[in-house]
Formats: sequence, C-alpha cells, structure tokens
Amino acid sequence: MSDTENTPTIQMPDPAKLIVSNSPHIHSGQNIPKIMFTVVAALMPACIAAVLFFGLAAIEVLLLCTVSCVVIEEGWNKLVKRHPTWKDGSAIITGILLGMNLNAGTPWWVCILGGFLAIILGKQLYGGLGYNPFNPVLVARVGLLIGFPEIMTTWDKPELGLMKIDAMTAATPLGLAPGETFFSDVLLGNIGGCLGETSAIALLIGGVILLAFKLIKWEVPLAFLGSVFVITGIAHVVSPETVHSPFIHIFTGGLLLGAFFMATDMVTSPMTRKGALIFGLGCGVITSVIRLWGSYPEGVSFAILFMNALTPLIDRATIKKPFGYIAPAKGEAA
Amino acid sequence: MSDKPRKFKGGVHPNDSKALSATKPIQEAPLLESYKVIMHQNIGGPPELVVKKGDTVKKGDLLAKASGFVSVPLHAPTSGTIKAIDKCAGPTGIHVPAIEITADGEDEWGEAFAPIADWKNTDPATLKQRVWDAGIVGMGGAGFPCHVKLSPPEGKTIDTLILNGAECEPYLTADHRIMLEQAEEVVLGAAILARILGLKTAIIGIENNKPDAIAKLNEVAGKYNVRVQGLPVNYPQGAEKQLIYAITGREVSPGKLPMDVHCVVQNVASAAAVAGAVIKGRPSIERITTVTGKPVVQPGNWKFRIGTPISKALELVGGVSEQPAKLLLGGPMMGIAQNSLDVTVMKNTSGILLISADEVSFYTSEPCIRCGRCVECCPMSILPATISQAVENKRFDWAEELNVMNCIECGSCSYVCPSHRPLNQHFKRAKIEIQAQLRKKK
Repeated sequence: MSDTENTPTIQMPDPAKLIVSNSPHIHSGQNIPKIMFTVVAALMPACIAAVLFFGLAAIEVLLLCTVSCVVIEEGWNKLVKRHPTWKDGSAIITGILLGMNLNAGTPWWVCILGGFLAIILGKQLYGGLGYNPFNPVLVARVGLLIGFPEIMTTWDKPELGLMKIDAMTAATPLGLAPGETFFSDVLLGNIGGCLGETSAIALLIGGVILLAFKLIKWEVPLAFLGSVFVITGIAHVVSPETVHSPFIHIFTGGLLLGAFFMATDMVTSPMTRKGALIFGLGCGVITSVIRLWGSYPEGVSFAILFMNALTPLIDRATIKKPFGYIAPAKGEAA
Repeated sequence: MSDKPRKFKGGVHPNDSKALSATKPIQEAPLLESYKVIMHQNIGGPPELVVKKGDTVKKGDLLAKASGFVSVPLHAPTSGTIKAIDKCAGPTGIHVPAIEITADGEDEWGEAFAPIADWKNTDPATLKQRVWDAGIVGMGGAGFPCHVKLSPPEGKTIDTLILNGAECEPYLTADHRIMLEQAEEVVLGAAILARILGLKTAIIGIENNKPDAIAKLNEVAGKYNVRVQGLPVNYPQGAEKQLIYAITGREVSPGKLPMDVHCVVQNVASAAAVAGAVIKGRPSIERITTVTGKPVVQPGNWKFRIGTPISKALELVGGVSEQPAKLLLGGPMMGIAQNSLDVTVMKNTSGILLISADEVSFYTSEPCIRCGRCVECCPMSILPATISQAVENKRFDWAEELNVMNCIECGSCSYVCPSHRPLNQHFKRAKIEIQAQLRKKK
C-alpha cells in the first residue's frame, strides 16, 4: 500500500509474547532477602558493641556461628536436593543471633554444634524457613544450655579494647545481689553476659530500626518489656533486698535482645496484632516468673519457646472479625 | 450525615501512575470500517439476538434484547450491515459470540428513544425502563445491569445513593476525565438515579487525589442537590463495600448486598450514560476508556464505540515503543490479562493497559514467613496467609470456615506478599471449588 510509505510504521505488541497471569499485575517489590538483610543491619549496632566490649573473641564467635549456620543450611539443602537458600538471609540472621546468645569465650566446637542445632533441629527438620514452630536460635541455645551448662553460664568480664589476652570472668548482673550493679554500666554494656546481652543502647537502636521499617509488630516488645517491668517492679517494691529494680531487669540479661529480635521472629509469633499483644504479655509473665522464683537467673529463652508453642492457638483465638460480620443471634445457630 | 469520610481498615498504596494520562482530554475515536460487538456484556443472562446476517441496522438499533430481568439489550454502535454472527476473542480468553457489523460510513442514528427532557416530572418507573432499554450496565468493571440495582425487592428500603468516582486502580483515568469533562452529565445522571430510587439527594465519592474533579463537580452539584465527598487515597477505596463504609459507616455483611444496608452504588460513567439515555435518548454504545501504560507512545483517554478491537485502539495511541509484557483490560490490580489484540471494547472496559517488561518479574512462590502483611492490608479483615495454606492443602472446607467467600479479590495481599505467594489466585480457586460443592449439594 502506498500510504504506509508516508506514515511512520506503528509498532504493535506481539500477542504471542504477552504473558497471561492472574491479577494483581504489579507488586510492592518487598521480598524476603530485603526483610532479612534489614534485620541483619538492625543487629549491627549490637554486634559492634559486643566487639568493643569483648574484643576479637566476639568477632570469632559471631563469625563462626554465622558461617556454620550458612554452611550447614547449604549442606542440608544439597542433601535433600533443594535449591540453595542462603541468599534469603535467614541463615545469616540465625547465625548472628546464635552468636549473640553465646559468650565471648565459647569454644569453637560449641559454636558449630549450636549452628547445627539451630539449622537442623530448629528449622530444617520441620521443612525449612516458614515452617519451624520454634525459634531456631532458642532451640540451639536451650539445647546447649542443657548440654553444657558450665560453658553457657560462664561469662567474660567486659573490657573496652580489642586485644585481650587473659579474659576474666564475671557474673550476669541478674546473678548478683541487688545493688551491686550500676545502671550506667547496664545501659552502655559494661556488664557480664552473652554477646548480645551487654549493650542496652545498641539493642535499642536495633529495635528502633526494626520498628521504623515495620519489620516487627510494636505490640510484642511493648507487651513483653511492659509486663516484665510491672511484675518485677511490684516484686521490687515488696522486697527490695532480694529483687533488682525493674530498670535493671529490663536492661539486663537477654530481655532486650529477646523482646526486639527473638520474640518478634515472624515465623514463630502470631500474625494478628491482638495475638502479638497476648504473645508479648505471655513472654513477659513467664520471664518474670522464672527470674523471680525459678532456679535459672534468666528465663527469656524459655518464655519465648513456650509462647512459640502457643502461637498457633493464639492465632486461632485472635482471628479478626471479618468486615461486616454479624455474630449470629443466640438460639439462631446455623 | 457527617462530612468526614471513614477510613476502612487495611488497604495498600501502590504507585498510582495516573500522571501518564490524567491530563489528556477525552478524544473521540474515528469511525472504523467494522465493529465486533461481544454479545454478553453484562452479569446475568446474555441477551437474545434480534438481527440476522445480512440485516442492515442504523446506529443505536437493537441488536439483541434482554432475555430476562437480569439482562440488558445490546445496540448497534454504528449504521451498517450485519456481516457475521460469529465467535471472537473474549476478555477471559475464551471465544465468545459476537456480532460483526460492517459500517456504511454514514453513522446515521436509527429510531432513537424519545428524549425525556422533563425528567423531574416523569414517573420513576418510566425513567427506570429507559435505563434498562438503553442497556446500561455497571461501568466500573463488573457490568452488573444498572436497572436491577434500581429495583430493590419489596421490604428493602433505600436511603442513600452513592456514585463511585473513587477510581482507586492505578493507571486508570477514564472516570477522572468523565467527572472533569462531563461533570454536568454525571451530576444530572445522579439526580435522575436518585429520582428513580425516590431519593432527594446523591453522594459522589471521589479519592482526594483528584482535586480538580472534586472542584468541577462541586460547581454543578448544588444545582441538583448532589453532594461531593472526598475520600482518603487508599486502594481499594472504590470497592463497593469499602466505599459504602467510607461514606455511611455501614458494613455490608458477608453474602449481603449494598441494598441490605439501604445503599445503591453506581459508577460515575454509568451515571453519565443514564443522563445520555434519558435526556438525549442515547443507548449505551460508547465507552470512555484509558489507553495507557509505560510502553504506550501517547497514553490518553478515548471515547470508543463498543466493538472496537484493541488493535485499533492501540493504533490510535501510536502503538508501543517496546514490546509490553502484559496487556490488561482494566487496572493493574484487578485487570484481566489478554493474549490477543482482537478482543473488543465492551461497556465495562475501563482501561486498556500495557505493562512493560521491567514492571513484571517472574517469581517463584516461596514459603509463607508469616510476616502478617497480608493480614494487615486485607480490607475484608480475613487471614490471607492461613487461607492460602488451607487451599494449598486442598482444605476448602477450612478456607470457607476462614471466610474466603468474603474476599473481594482486590489483590492487596498478593501485592504486599514478600514471599510472592499467589494468594489472590488461591482464593479465586477456593471460591470456585466451594461454589461447585454447593451446586453438587443442591
């Protein structure tokens, strides 16, 4: 045709190349690696604080745990013929959090064993990411605590500076009598404990990052910390000689780490807001009970694991009322 | 009634991408040589054919008549001869019956309806009959016959008429342009609809991202006692139940209709069509559609006759600058993907949208990490993550227990899911399975 020479040819879509799929056809761009690596970033302040107080030994533990978690996860994937999953970042988080739950002097083989417990027993045996009922890190921590109580409860005395030759040991403030711990030490992290239990400020910065990126539900840390504060506060008022002040309780032990980074684990905590509130409350109550009357100085891990087990029930009990739902009138049951 | 709209729970905020075509005035598409009018353009019964091959028709003549109450007639988009009554590519991927008309180029009106200028003193039943005769359907997307909504069954009272001008789907600007350029018709249509329902007033709900449309409608709204209500920008604000809630605070219960909370919702384009049918005696043979998307050379808003093939529509906008990944009828959240350019514009085609390759990614669905984002954004307050797991395990009974039938398929959950789970797809499947089981029981 002659008129096509004058008009520029119009490019038309090739129908054979059109993709047909279900709606919606656009996506928010959010994905698992983005979420996981933001959590890793939120953990960095606490990692830096750990290294400042415990030196190279801290780096050693953190790295060893992270590498062993990733290697073990990939080994398992090979074994069960699954696609590599390390890029989703979940094993890296597990590794860092595991390191945070150990102390600076932990022998290398305990780190690797911890990685094995977390990844295999805590996660992969249930089917991998998304299917584990319990927080993998806490499964490993409690496993190690029962197997090697000595190693797990001997803490290095923190000392600013990277090079330390002879490490001294120190007790967790919760194991000391009230009055022996200074609040400023607690806040900065100049106290004995696991790598992730030391600096309250660093943990709070991480918590703020998580909240700012909406990666955790604020209900969990609020209910968790709030209930511990209230219960230990009442106990402190009743018996100031035997019970620490609630501020010490909040900022020591694994509470901040647990409240911001472990209890908030998406996979093992409730999906609804109301459920998150109940979950946090339960964690706080159990933690306080163990701390005040139990034989362990610390109860965060047990509390979270216990509430993990209740998560499916909480989820079921807190199903939201569907839009426009009207409860059937009594006697009118369908 | 308070002027402050309520914010429904949940929702998402996708990039609206409306700037591509929001400022482009509606252009009238030139007359084509032939049109392929898809027979079944409404929810409910398909209309019955009244023409045969070889017949000559004038513009606006009846092609098919309503086959029942929930059915609407179909009219000729132009004058010409019936070339064939055959099958053509349909919007859902199946070939559907269509009437092919070869235009004679005269574009001459046939025996059109008599205009009803004095609508204010006309019997509501006559007005309603006109709406039905003109073949007007819900032009927001569903295509539900307009007159059915105007006929509440005995015992159901209507006290609120809402016009849906939310246009919450990204990219689409057709309703926006209609409200700007045909404000008078929209408001007039609203007033006529209100008269049919025996109401004194109507409310037009518009998302606040269209301030010019709100201002324009406000200029003329007072004359007809119509109120314009700005709404928060939140997808899916234009979903019927969310719109009713935002304006009246009433919640439509699962399985119930707007009528059950005394409301009727009509799209703004439908209202404009109603005004045309009553005042000018025009049947529904035109559709204002947004043709847009990043690959489109000149995105814009066009007035097409029904039966215009998508290929012709794309020629008018200068074609594409690159091969698009997807061709959609409707918006990116709820639109239907097409694999043919032969599909034709229907009464409810609100947009022809091309999605570029860089907007589309291939995902493998990963396990749910229970982040709860879908639970947060679900405007119907159901648990998408849990229902999706029920569907994966073929536990449709469980899905039903979790109120999957409540799902409005807005796609917000799939949009936010970091694991790229096909949530919306799962729910559509569950609904089909549950309905199939219900039929079996009967």
